[in-house]
Amino acid sequence: MEKQWFTISVYSENNVGLLNRISGIFLKRHINIESLNVSKSEIDDVSKFTIVIRTTEEWVNNIVGQIEKQIEVIKAFYHTDDETIYQESALFKIDSALLFDERQIQNIIKDSNSQIVTVARDFFVLAKSGRREEINEMHDQLKPFGIKQFVRSGRISVSKEEMKISAILEEFQE
Amino acid sequence: MDTVKDKRKSTKSETTIKISGAEAIIHCLLAEGVDLLYGYPGGAIMPVYDELYKFQDKLTHILTRHEQGATHAAQGYARVSGRVGVAMATSGPGATNLVTGLADAQIDSTPMVCITGQVPRHLLGSDAFQETDIIGISTPVTKWNYQITRASEIPEIMAKAFYIAKSGRPGPVLVDITKNAQFEEFDFSYKKCKGVRSYNPTPKPNMGSIEAAAELINTAKKPFIVWGQGVILGRAEEALKAVIEKAGIPAAWTIMGESAIPTSHPLNVGMVGMHGNYGPNVLTNECDLLIAIGMRFDDRVTGSLDTYAKQAKVIHFEIDPAEINKNVNADVAVLGNSKKTLELILPLLNENKHEDWHNEFKKRHQIEFDTVIKNDIHPTKEGLTMGEVIEEINIASGNKAVIVTDVGQHQMIACRYAKFEQSKSNITSGGLGTMGFALPAAIGAKQGAMDREVVAIIGDGGFQMTIQELGVIFQHQIPVKIVVLNNDHLGMVRQWQELFFEKRYASTVMVNPDFVKIAEGYHIESKRVSKREDLKSTIQKMIASDKPYFLEVKVEKEGNVFPMIPSGASVSDVRLK
Repeated sequence: MEKQWFTISVYSENNVGLLNRISGIFLKRHINIESLNVSKSEIDDVSKFTIVIRTTEEWVNNIVGQIEKQIEVIKAFYHTDDETIYQESALFKIDSALLFDERQIQNIIKDSNSQIVTVARDFFVLAKSGRREEINEMHDQLKPFGIKQFVRSGRISVSKEEMKISAILEEFQE
Repeated sequence: MDTVKDKRKSTKSETTIKISGAEAIIHCLLAEGVDLLYGYPGGAIMPVYDELYKFQDKLTHILTRHEQGATHAAQGYARVSGRVGVAMATSGPGATNLVTGLADAQIDSTPMVCITGQVPRHLLGSDAFQETDIIGISTPVTKWNYQITRASEIPEIMAKAFYIAKSGRPGPVLVDITKNAQFEEFDFSYKKCKGVRSYNPTPKPNMGSIEAAAELINTAKKPFIVWGQGVILGRAEEALKAVIEKAGIPAAWTIMGESAIPTSHPLNVGMVGMHGNYGPNVLTNECDLLIAIGMRFDDRVTGSLDTYAKQAKVIHFEIDPAEINKNVNADVAVLGNSKKTLELILPLLNENKHEDWHNEFKKRHQIEFDTVIKNDIHPTKEGLTMGEVIEEINIASGNKAVIVTDVGQHQMIACRYAKFEQSKSNITSGGLGTMGFALPAAIGAKQGAMDREVVAIIGDGGFQMTIQELGVIFQHQIPVKIVVLNNDHLGMVRQWQELFFEKRYASTVMVNPDFVKIAEGYHIESKRVSKREDLKSTIQKMIASDKPYFLEVKVEKEGNVFPMIPSGASVSDVRLK
């Protein structure tokens, strides 16, 4: 089976130690987590892990089963890129002088649809949300001018299909 | 208890008492029906031990000689009794010494609750004396774990711990309790846990899949059942028996499933796996329907997956959804408790005999008997075999003993040749293969089934890994029978070296002490047998004794266990010699 990108979405209780438990499942199988994001979800008091890995469907299915088995995990799903809407965010910290000296920088800002978050005497900060390729492209364009700091977030994603998580919780209440 | 009563006060909703966290832990254990636990005291758990002292009349604590022994004893207890085993230890090294037992219980699905002391909350993360991150360390080897840092958390977490340990597919739970939480006083009340919203322990059976499974079984010409420990854990022994008898299906067991159906049952065709029986291994690749019940297709069972039962449809009865399609793809997965699902499918099954198919097993049994079994249990050569020792134990105990085995050649031989009439009688370290398991597990097994004969079968290697637990047997006069099958080698590794490493016996020769003298040092009646003519009478004497008994049998040094599926080979390629 061919390797591809999968986004795993894990709905869970918000408990200390669960991240360790989940990451251990990948560790045990020697699978590198490409990106990890933890946030609140659409349901009160339910956290959501968004994990990106590259593996085969057989493995991701297996892994999701192991994740779901953890006591504090309510439900886990996996999706291919086609099945999700996904984004990452990046921040670029750049020397303020460049904003005025290098006309090309202004073009990059315009063309990339990025926003200037702040401008200080010494530096300014650009924010860019989008697919990783877009962020990479912007990074490559800015690099020759000098990037003082760069950071990119983990993937966040929503599935095109419904993730029937509320129903599971309701079932428990019954 | 009077002091507890004095502190009792009533609130609107329920009665609460103001007690320390340490005392609360005792009340939680009592509320869960615990009357016996194994452990080892130390600084960070001392408040709980102080309470144990006060509750000695209700709660027996067995001081093992090493924390690992406490976990294996708790496992042995859990496995024979079906109850939750409890082990307790202090922080740091006490806690880390539990890890092997936790891992063993995790992989063999044994319900166990381990309680560890921890440094006070304000010292967490400071590298305090005997501080270790046991939550981090135990995470991969526990079904669930939790660190309590406030006394008020104790009742809810303890209730949850027992619920999680025993529900669904059982497993070990570790509760780490900081010392401040043991000292703190709070209003105690206890409610048993009835559910956790993120945890669905037992999937509801789906009639559609049960009907689909019944259809496959009814149309199969050569159906074959392989059952595992899920049958025992699900208390499905009678249901399984009814299914195999009605549908006339030959049924084999994994090492963890042994004893669920009596050895003598005509449809019980033996063990699958690396050292399993010839027929069930070879015929796995000739059946047209493989029905797996409460087993997880461990690699020691399947050999190479690429050549495992490829010709057959597969039905998988299983409580844990994560096991479905993990190793072997199922054409039909029947999720749920094995007793329930087997009872649901029974009325849908046609009566059948499958005599020709069953004869295939008989034929292969005869081949195995002639080439292997006969020589193992009725040897004509000079050296004593492990097999004949097991056979004598069968005879002396009337097939009624609980057999607790360690890991290695003696384990395979014991599981191959021990005969059972009653479920929960074969206690062994299956998944983890933990040498040192048997001696402490036998202590727990005996205490979990005081009315039963418990015989520990141990190799000379494994015996020395937890030999100190002889102290427990002596101190508490626990009447287990200990049989060390001594070949002065790490026999199984030596066998592999002989077969696959051109007899380079790297670190497998053991120069052993006088085991009999050691056992005598613990004031345990002891005997060494090295001649065939002494074997029967000594084993009979041992079984007849109502006290602990130690027997060392000097067996042949270079005996091998056959049949054998070499690691990574196909079940079809099982070797008879």
